[in-house]
Amino acid sequence: MDYRIGRFRVLAAVLAGMVSCAAAPAALAAPDDERGRSLVRLVRQDCGACHGMLLTGGLGPALSPDALRDRPREALVATVLGGRPGTPMPPWRGLLTEDEAGWIVDRLQAGFPER
Amino acid sequence: MLSVLLRAIAALALGTSLAGCAGGGAALRGTGDLGVVIERADGAVLVVENSTRSILGRIDGLGDLSHAHAVFSRDGRYAYVFGRDGGLSKLDLLTRRVAARVMQAGNSIGGAISQDGRLVVAQNYDPGGIKVFDAGSLELLADIPATHGDGTLRSKVVGLADAPGNRFVFALYDAGEIWIADLSQPRSPRITRFPGAGRQPYDGLVTPDGRHYLAGLFGEDGIAALDLWQPQPQLRRILSGYGRGEQRLPVFKMPHLRGWAVAGRRAYLPAVGRHEVLVVDTETWQEVGRIPVKGQPVFVMARPDGRQVWINFALPDNGWVQVFDTLGGKIVASLQPGRAVLHMEFTARGDEVWMSARDDDRVVIYDTAHLARVGEIAARSPSGIFFASRAARIGF
Repeated sequence: MDYRIGRFRVLAAVLAGMVSCAAAPAALAAPDDERGRSLVRLVRQDCGACHGMLLTGGLGPALSPDALRDRPREALVATVLGGRPGTPMPPWRGLLTEDEAGWIVDRLQAGFPER
Repeated sequence: MLSVLLRAIAALALGTSLAGCAGGGAALRGTGDLGVVIERADGAVLVVENSTRSILGRIDGLGDLSHAHAVFSRDGRYAYVFGRDGGLSKLDLLTRRVAARVMQAGNSIGGAISQDGRLVVAQNYDPGGIKVFDAGSLELLADIPATHGDGTLRSKVVGLADAPGNRFVFALYDAGEIWIADLSQPRSPRITRFPGAGRQPYDGLVTPDGRHYLAGLFGEDGIAALDLWQPQPQLRRILSGYGRGEQRLPVFKMPHLRGWAVAGRRAYLPAVGRHEVLVVDTETWQEVGRIPVKGQPVFVMARPDGRQVWINFALPDNGWVQVFDTLGGKIVASLQPGRAVLHMEFTARGDEVWMSARDDDRVVIYDTAHLARVGEIAARSPSGIFFASRAARIGF
């Protein structure tokens, strides 16, 4: 799997922002399709190691829309990037950009894609 | 010539009829050469055969198998598969059918089977605790909540392992305790608690002789240990502060512990958040060495004879596997078997190792003597690989 910072297509990002602004209010830049699929896989498979592949929880808490609905987006993005000290949640900064973390959080809150 | 042909046809017909009867259990065969591969994304299990490196069948409909774990009945015929969603499935390796299945919890992390083979025990995150089942019928025999604090809190359970005397040992992640459950009378479990084991135990193991239980700690550098041979085991701490106070790296995947850590008189243990394997003398429990490795170790597994130790890694190094030669005392190979190598399993005598390359959708097979790739089988997002030879091993 390639974890270098993904390339962003400005036009696609703008379009994605327009199309999905209801579900993903603050998405300013979206990863391209290939990186998007790889991020979905990362969340399902690798975040899933602790949060469950269905994101129903495990060693880490559930990441379902119900569980995350009332959590502020920025706090969730900060948790993804910075981790939660004192817990096994690691900082994903370095493997994910801020935009990618936001993209993931938006989808978690809306209902995460299967693939 | 004709007779040869006729015999071939007869053999083929016989083979076909036997295969056709497999569902009825008519085909005579053992299971010592069989195993299961978890297809985590599909809720399916492949039944595989070692010698032919082939798939005998697929069993579907087993729910959420992320982090699924399997143990085997003493006769090696049945695999008990513990799913993340709390499903416990008893699979018949011969007929490739589900012999029994129960939903026993909301969130489960694995299980174990008793020394006498009569009890199957699941370890659960939610509701936190263990549950004890009759291995034949999967009837619930005992429910042991992992309570702590004022008695209303429940902890996630990790590191469940079977120990001689129909005992099970496990750790309470949220409470930092180790418990021994004596299930010699399954409906009346006797619990011995060991508080103060350490912060956030993440997994545990029983040594192959059944004597020592070790719980790896995530919340601090060290390992909690119990000598189960003692009439009154005492908690002790080993490898305390192995991180020397240095900042650890972010841990993208928890390491896993089992009895495979032990090779000869040494145990090889993953250092949490470090690119190191810790080597401990199992007589003195003193650290006797460290092996610098390519990434953060997840599984550190001795080949059954103890001559080699194979190591896989957390992200972003999960495409690598390294082989440590315990005689020469050095890494002798750095392999790239595929993308996202999640798990490894040795054949019973260690001639081969099967490795799950999740993101390549295959299981890759290596000859351990020549460190050469000798085969592969297709599997969808494979994770755990479990061979029936585990049936005969304490702590598996």
